[in-house]
Amino acid sequence: MAVKDYIRQRFFPQIWCAGCGHGIVMGGMVRAIEQLGLEKNEVVLVSGIGCSSRVSGYLDFHTMHTLHGRALAFATGVKLGMPHLKVISPMGDGDALAIGGNHLIHAARRNIDITAIIMNNNIYGMTGGQTSPLTPFGKKGSTAVLGVIEQCFDIAELAKGAGATFVARTTTYHVKEMIKMIRDAIAHKGFSLVEVMSQCPTYYGRKNRGGTAVDMMKEFKEGTAPKGSKKLEEQPGFIERGILVNEARPEYVSSYMDLIEEYQNQRDNSA
Amino acid sequence: MGTNIKFIQGNEIFAEAALYAGVQFFAGYPITPSTEIAEILSEELPKRGDKFIQMEDEISSICAIIGASLTGLKAMTATSGPGFSLMQEAIGYAVMTEVPLVVVNVQRGGPSTGMPTSVAQGDVMQARWGTHGDHSIITLTASNLGQAFRMTVEAFNLAETFRTPVILLFDEVLAHMREKVVIPASGEIEVVKRLRTSVPKGTNYHPYLTREDGRLPMSDFGGIHRYNVTGLVHDMWGFPSTDPKVAYDLLHHLVDKLENQAELLARYKTYYTKDAEILLISYGSSTRSALHRIEARRKRGLKIGLLELQTLWPFPRQTVRRECEGRSHILVVEMDMGQICQEVKKAVSEPDRVFLANRIDGNFISPVDILRALNMIQGKGV
Repeated sequence: MAVKDYIRQRFFPQIWCAGCGHGIVMGGMVRAIEQLGLEKNEVVLVSGIGCSSRVSGYLDFHTMHTLHGRALAFATGVKLGMPHLKVISPMGDGDALAIGGNHLIHAARRNIDITAIIMNNNIYGMTGGQTSPLTPFGKKGSTAVLGVIEQCFDIAELAKGAGATFVARTTTYHVKEMIKMIRDAIAHKGFSLVEVMSQCPTYYGRKNRGGTAVDMMKEFKEGTAPKGSKKLEEQPGFIERGILVNEARPEYVSSYMDLIEEYQNQRDNSA
Repeated sequence: MGTNIKFIQGNEIFAEAALYAGVQFFAGYPITPSTEIAEILSEELPKRGDKFIQMEDEISSICAIIGASLTGLKAMTATSGPGFSLMQEAIGYAVMTEVPLVVVNVQRGGPSTGMPTSVAQGDVMQARWGTHGDHSIITLTASNLGQAFRMTVEAFNLAETFRTPVILLFDEVLAHMREKVVIPASGEIEVVKRLRTSVPKGTNYHPYLTREDGRLPMSDFGGIHRYNVTGLVHDMWGFPSTDPKVAYDLLHHLVDKLENQAELLARYKTYYTKDAEILLISYGSSTRSALHRIEARRKRGLKIGLLELQTLWPFPRQTVRRECEGRSHILVVEMDMGQICQEVKKAVSEPDRVFLANRIDGNFISPVDILRALNMIQGKGV
């Protein structure tokens, strides 16, 4: 199937601002799904609220646009309800880590086979540029005009600590890498999370003198380095990209199916 | 097969009735006084090949059952006041997206943490208006465990018929008491199956296009028809719209589909009402004391009767108005500060004849409490 066949073209052009990175992430998701050869009816997108959550409306899968922060909770019901489906949650940093932080860590702990694609633009875009739990210390937003005085999360470390079995980080600059990571994440059995650093020139860029979208993407190129690279070794201040966790652990829905089987065996044995 | 008679606890009967109604998915979070429902279903559902999950909170519990219901499963959760408060946003989402589901709220003393192991009926208005925005919702209750069984099955049936969340507003006394229940045989009570679309694969399916009979056939999420579900105002395809006409029509559809059927949805019972001069109105476990008092007063020749409401929302206004017509006094018996009493006043032609007998201290309202109120309205002092 061609990539464009996965898109609901009638809703284009999309609502994102000029220069926004989210369209690149959406493009990456579609290409990853295309490379996996998934049927449109096999895929469910469950998103929350925010700029990133609008991805679900533009793609021709089973799509759910739910409540702010709750995408993974709805997704859990869908996945357990119909285990054969590929359930993917496109999320934002505020959506996934602030209001939805609890669901994120519990989905990771359960190791339920859902893929979270977190578009991290370090700010709340939809509401006009307020700081998020991913706004780095000292950076500005409309609710912290002198700079934020809180520490920010490291999404990958958080997910790892919570028990996610696949964690990766990339940026909108590294599109080929992103496609591969999303592909691997979807194919992974268990909870998988891909953090994609995405530029918000309209709010984050403007408030923090980040320049244009191109300047911000250049920063992604120059300020990050692949896991295990010499560059990263020499410059520990660089942000690490790559598949940071990839391990096998019992997946929730499979374990649940085993539980059903155990009950049925008990019944058969007692009969 | 002989009659299936059980001496059983309220929460056990709610779970048993849900299984009778065909529940296939439960997500919940422990909370007193409803926890036994989750405990029972955590064993019974996997035994049947169905799904149970204990979520991280009540918010995720209701979100999970919405997701599961969309995949075609009959889904429910059970909670009490604080958990019910947390569920309100998602109840609105289920109203907006027209997803069938059942929420059991075993009421306890409130507000806030209140009295977790004491009885109250203070969530009546929250069941109606807890989520934001204009909407309508179905809320049912019961006063004994046999009825609770039937109302639970009814809740699943109405959820499927009207594509709406249905609240089962039980209370601590009902949930924790034990009594004899004749469990209906399989097939004795009708169980409504999900209405699925007959639109074939490859043909446009509209998830929000109402049929001539007012019903909206569903398609299992993840099945042959792809569509969008959103809490935004949406068109018949489920896609967001800001068209004022679409918004107007959707809001009217969501409210009218239930409010216009209020009398059809009215479930109630009358006791000794034929010649009654004084009418008691009650619901839930309070009804038990009301009925006890009525039977005692009847023996002394007082013409007194009872209207027991089983449907609380949409409020059965016509029924209440009709039943109150010509009575000298109306006494509403409930364990809150008059939440249904106010609705009764709005429904009747002479609201100054409506009085309240209540109890809000965590103690179960007794026949003596009702006697005191009766004496007062009859001018006999307290």
